[in-house]
Amino acid sequence: MGFATNLLNIICYVPLLGAFVIIFLLKQEQSNAIKAVATVVAGLDFLLSIPLWFVYDPAGPAFQLTYVREWIPAVGAKYHVGVDGISVLLILLTTLLGFIAVYSSFSAITHRQKEYYVFLLLLQTGMLGVFISLDFVLFYVFWEVMLVPMYFLIGVWGGPRKLYAAIKFFLYTLVGSVLMLVGILALYFYNSTGLKAIGLPGLGHAPTFDVTELFKVAPQIPPGLQFWVFLAFFVGFAIKVPMFPFHTWLPDAHVEAPTAGSVILAGVLLKMGTYGFIRFSLPLLPDATRKAVPWMVGLAIVGIVYGALVAMAQQDMKKLVAYSSVSHLGFVMLGMFALNPQGLTGSVLQMINHGLSTGGLFLLVGIIYERRHTRMIADYGGLAKVMPVYAMLFMIITMASIGLPTLNGFIGEFTILVGAFNRSATWAVIAATGIVLGAAYMLWMYQRAFFGEITHEENRTLKDVNLREQWTLIPLVVLCFWIGLYPKPFFRILEPSIMRVVQAVDPDYMNRPVAQLAAPLPAGSGQEQ
Amino acid sequence: MRADLIALLPELVLATLGMVVLLAGLAAGRSRLYALSGGAILSLAATAFALWLAVTATNPAARLFSGMFVLDPFAVFFKALFLLSSALAVLLSIDYLRRNDARPGEYYALILFATVGMMTMASGTNLATIYVGLELMALSTYVLAGYFRREVKSHEAATKYFVLGAMSSGILLYGLSLIYGTTGTLDLTVLAKTLQAGHPSTATLVGMALLACGFLFKVAAVPFHVWTPDVYEGAPTPITAFMSVGPKAAAFAMFLRVFLGGLAPLDGQWRWLVGAAAALTMVWGNIAALTQDNVKRMLAYSSIAHAGYALVGLVAGGPAGTQSVLFYMLVYTVTNLGAFGFVIMLESKAYAGETVQDYAGLARKHPLAAFGMLLFMLSLGGIPPTAGFMGKLYLFAAAVNAGYVLLVVIAVLMSAVSLYYYFRIVLQMYLRDGEDAEPAPLLAEPWTERVIWACGGAVLVIGLLPAPFLAAAKATVGVLGLP
Repeated sequence: MGFATNLLNIICYVPLLGAFVIIFLLKQEQSNAIKAVATVVAGLDFLLSIPLWFVYDPAGPAFQLTYVREWIPAVGAKYHVGVDGISVLLILLTTLLGFIAVYSSFSAITHRQKEYYVFLLLLQTGMLGVFISLDFVLFYVFWEVMLVPMYFLIGVWGGPRKLYAAIKFFLYTLVGSVLMLVGILALYFYNSTGLKAIGLPGLGHAPTFDVTELFKVAPQIPPGLQFWVFLAFFVGFAIKVPMFPFHTWLPDAHVEAPTAGSVILAGVLLKMGTYGFIRFSLPLLPDATRKAVPWMVGLAIVGIVYGALVAMAQQDMKKLVAYSSVSHLGFVMLGMFALNPQGLTGSVLQMINHGLSTGGLFLLVGIIYERRHTRMIADYGGLAKVMPVYAMLFMIITMASIGLPTLNGFIGEFTILVGAFNRSATWAVIAATGIVLGAAYMLWMYQRAFFGEITHEENRTLKDVNLREQWTLIPLVVLCFWIGLYPKPFFRILEPSIMRVVQAVDPDYMNRPVAQLAAPLPAGSGQEQ
Repeated sequence: MRADLIALLPELVLATLGMVVLLAGLAAGRSRLYALSGGAILSLAATAFALWLAVTATNPAARLFSGMFVLDPFAVFFKALFLLSSALAVLLSIDYLRRNDARPGEYYALILFATVGMMTMASGTNLATIYVGLELMALSTYVLAGYFRREVKSHEAATKYFVLGAMSSGILLYGLSLIYGTTGTLDLTVLAKTLQAGHPSTATLVGMALLACGFLFKVAAVPFHVWTPDVYEGAPTPITAFMSVGPKAAAFAMFLRVFLGGLAPLDGQWRWLVGAAAALTMVWGNIAALTQDNVKRMLAYSSIAHAGYALVGLVAGGPAGTQSVLFYMLVYTVTNLGAFGFVIMLESKAYAGETVQDYAGLARKHPLAAFGMLLFMLSLGGIPPTAGFMGKLYLFAAAVNAGYVLLVVIAVLMSAVSLYYYFRIVLQMYLRDGEDAEPAPLLAEPWTERVIWACGGAVLVIGLLPAPFLAAAKATVGVLGLP
């Protein structure tokens, strides 16, 4: 029962504990104490998660730091947690953004602070739980638990149409996830007793929701069942991603959510969907996945181009960033369904990149919104003169989002395009237009907001970013450069886990002639430095 | 004979003590509310003790009173559940009766008699026993629904409930007589054997269909649900709470026992009938609830919808289906009683507590109470980590296993829909600021509050650690003589 065996539990439940401390020991009026506790807890959680980076051994077993206990023996659900390379990175992203979300809310949230920080911490426990769960029931519990705090974060502290946005977010994601539950049950019974009424005999194993057990039987699942389960999972995950055409909840939720809510939503919550695909759909349903590739890639590419085009037409900065997320997540999906190591690695890395850069963009928009209470691009102009530091930070994050070399976005998008190109040059070409469009709408927004003459007198007196605001952004900037200049450690940590996914979803991949194989992993992408 | 009486001990004790409470109530009039409440609780506790005695002394497989009565784990589970729900209903009534200055004696006695009826229903292995229990329960609840006879709504509720309930009992009885006429028996075991042996005649099938109609009425399933919203709205709120859990669970007990026991050989004929009713119930119950502004009516439609979910478990059948319905009844009991407890607490002078808008801003004024209600709403909607999720998971798992995937898809989609109306209350409590900036004080309702805490705790405990409760439901495997 050492530190290592319980590390994941500690990381997951520290925020919950912090929430309890705030609920029971502090009063609404003690706003400074509440902020202090929330910051300390979130910071501590981040510090606790750093050892994961070192303890996780890429050469070791698939899932590490596991912790297994009986939970509901009657149905075969266990409390089973563990991490692989993919989840390690996502956990680190979550704890970092969780801390930044708390730290960035000090001045933005002025009413009902106690509940706000409680919900933020509860949300963090839910998100971390999703990334560490290796049991379907446990996973589902965390998956749904996340919805409730997010509903409140949008609904209580959101913008003018917060009630509409909150319930829309809640119901959309819920509809997806309940269908996923049916899919989970179908897998569960196929593994054990079979589905009597449709005449499908089971495999006769002991009933279990354990994902690692189900991985073992994945190749035996008949294609017909795989198709339906894939469809059920698809609805759940695609809504969360969100893939075109399930994305309509996203702009509403993002625009209405408070800054920290948007950061978490874009940075982590959207990754739940892509994580679901890579953790469950691909390895568990390889046949259906391979057959779904044209459809998935089609939707991903439509999402890339459509998201970019709509983003270009936005007047509202937050909406622009929201639609850019649709486009970027399209890239993530494209890389994933290239089903080769490059595509998948790029896909996971791009999840992290998108979390960093889009999280940063929402923070930046939040900073200016707090000063001027408008997010319309047209209300700004010439900001670079009055807020030079802000303008510089905004520029770096913008470049990261566009995918400029030396910054993280480039590595992710490049790797994805390599993977996609190996499957089909056409995909890569169409998707690459998304990058061009991305550069166009981001730079156009930057130009309108920061360059030129100051057209609104109010903007002359704007204060530049203060120390606290700088410190919410600096970690993101540092990471953007790190991944952009020296991504090798990230690739190293991801590679074995990605190879396992490839092995599961496309067992023949390694046996094909070298000529058909993709180029080696672009581990040396740091050459630009 | 002695063994028979020992097995019947809980019912005997409760019936006797019920009469004691009734007589004491006559003597006490409107005074001595707390003494009478304590008496009612003690009676239920004594019955629980008697139940424990009876269980230890009785062979669960023995068929007592010439095959009229059993005390198998199935019956014991339900009896314990009835005792729990009646006790919680009594506790919920204390503050309510004090506030409305009502006579507690007869009120409590009627709850106790209804409980005797429900317990008999759970143990009956003969259609006649079950019917006697049913009528005892039904007659007591008719009176309870109209207990505030000077209030028009309460009066109306009782009349509607009585007229429709009596008619449904009639239909049920007609079905019974048809089955008796064609098979010559009311004993469920003999009935199952007879039906298995030969091809059922049309009259038997008609009898089965009529029985199904009667039972569907009792569990408030569509299309036999029309009485529910009016009765739930008009009845005194603690009685609404009681009706939505106790008698409903009792109806499910007899439904399970009759359809998965005696009528099991006809399952080819009744599965689609009950399955269709389940689908209709889930769809209509949830959709109708969307537009309700009155919280009691909303919870009435919600209880219709929940009957639909439980029917899915019945249709699934088999040990897994049965267990899932039992477990679901437990989950639903603690959740719904908690939710109604909250409504009762708000029905004081400061809040009307009946329309959704009355809940505005409650989270700010009463954060802990609002949190309790949030838990109940999440549980009713089936969101983890609450009991409602575990209940639904188990229920849907049983149905998927039995192959009723379509029903499960309807069920999960409808439970997503249901979150919309459950969250209307949450929205009002948390997201809106009340009209009046000053928090109006809740009347001191200590007992109602305690019930809410107990139920809230139970909702979380069952949601996080369901294992022991599932084990209790699992002990009932195979007692219905399932195919």
